Amino acid sequence: MSIFEYNGSALVAMVGKNCFAIASDRRLGVQLQTIATDFKRIYKIHDRLFVGLSGLATDAQTLYQRLVFRHKLYQLREERDMKPETFASLVSAILYEKRFGPYICQPVIAGLGDEDKPFICTMDSIGAKELAKDFVVAGTASESLYGACEAMFKLDMEPEELFETVSQALLASIDRDCLSGWGGHVYVVTPTEIKERILKGRMD
Amino acid sequence: MECVFGLVGDGFAILAADTSAVHSILVHKSNEDKIMVLDSHKLVAASGEPGDRVQFTEFIQKNVALYQFRNGIPLTTAAAANFTRGELASALRKNPYAVNILMAGYDKETGPSLYYIDYIATMHKVDKGAFGYGSYFSLSMMDRHYHSGMTVEEAIDLVDKCIIEIRSRLVVAPPNFVIKIVDKDGAREYAWRESVKDAHVASA
Repeated sequence: MSIFEYNGSALVAMVGKNCFAIASDRRLGVQLQTIATDFKRIYKIHDRLFVGLSGLATDAQTLYQRLVFRHKLYQLREERDMKPETFASLVSAILYEKRFGPYICQPVIAGLGDEDKPFICTMDSIGAKELAKDFVVAGTASESLYGACEAMFKLDMEPEELFETVSQALLASIDRDCLSGWGGHVYVVTPTEIKERILKGRMD
Repeated sequence: MECVFGLVGDGFAILAADTSAVHSILVHKSNEDKIMVLDSHKLVAASGEPGDRVQFTEFIQKNVALYQFRNGIPLTTAAAANFTRGELASALRKNPYAVNILMAGYDKETGPSLYYIDYIATMHKVDKGAFGYGSYFSLSMMDRHYHSGMTVEEAIDLVDKCIIEIRSRLVVAPPNFVIKIVDKDGAREYAWRESVKDAHVASA
């Protein structure tokens, strides 16, 4: 079994009309055994920027701590929040620093940039950025997620429809992956509010 | 074949661990205490490489004490757990400790808590947790019978159920267990469950 599949994870971010959604599964496992069914994979960096970390949970936790540290330092120096594009470059640089001993982590970054334009991107464990205009996926269920999102995605969805689409795509994909599941955690972010919802799917 | 497990009840947390010190096919002793009293209101049950287990938990214990000496107040359970995770994480890519930890504690403000910390520094706050081959039996038993807000009697009953299950179903089951509890009155030993006592040695 690959080290990327040790804990199990599923992450997806999708773009809507002046909004974005980022969703994850909730399982924390150690190979075949499930340890917890309420594990958080998505973290808020600031009100308009979220990062999801899939892969090995210990590296996701370490990387998250490093990113929060860097962002807080940036806030102190620049007296403002980081733009999503800037943050993506920061994550990429931090990952490439460990090129020959990498963090076993695949981040998914989603944020609202200038003029409330949604920004999403993912990268591999050594920081190769993949920008997309529609959706990005990561984790052990990524192949299923690619298929589900491609089939269900539409341009310029409103927040409510975006929530439905992301939820259905996530649940359908994690049901086909034994290492991710136990429900979903969905954030839908618009310029004015952040809506956090827990999904109940197949609890296995 | 080390079995360590624990759960959180109403105003208390319980940890149980087997007490066999094993080297290959030889049982060195069957009254080895693997649950360390970290400070007045914290317990650490550790399983894994024997040398690492003792060295690492003593290191954590002394650093927790140092913090209290320097700052005049004790660490919270969450802070101690995060410190432990940090030490495991920074050693992970240099000189890893092969120790799995369940940290239970009681804080006046937040009540009882239990932290699951893997040997690769995956940390998660849980209501019930277990390590080792015994976890396949004790986690299932706890999944069936656990509910939040259990009394001490109910929790001990559940711990005994888990011990019976481990003894009857695990091929090289450890014979003896120690149970420790932490609540508002502090961390202390609760009971031993012995089915094999050391042979009596006549005095010289």
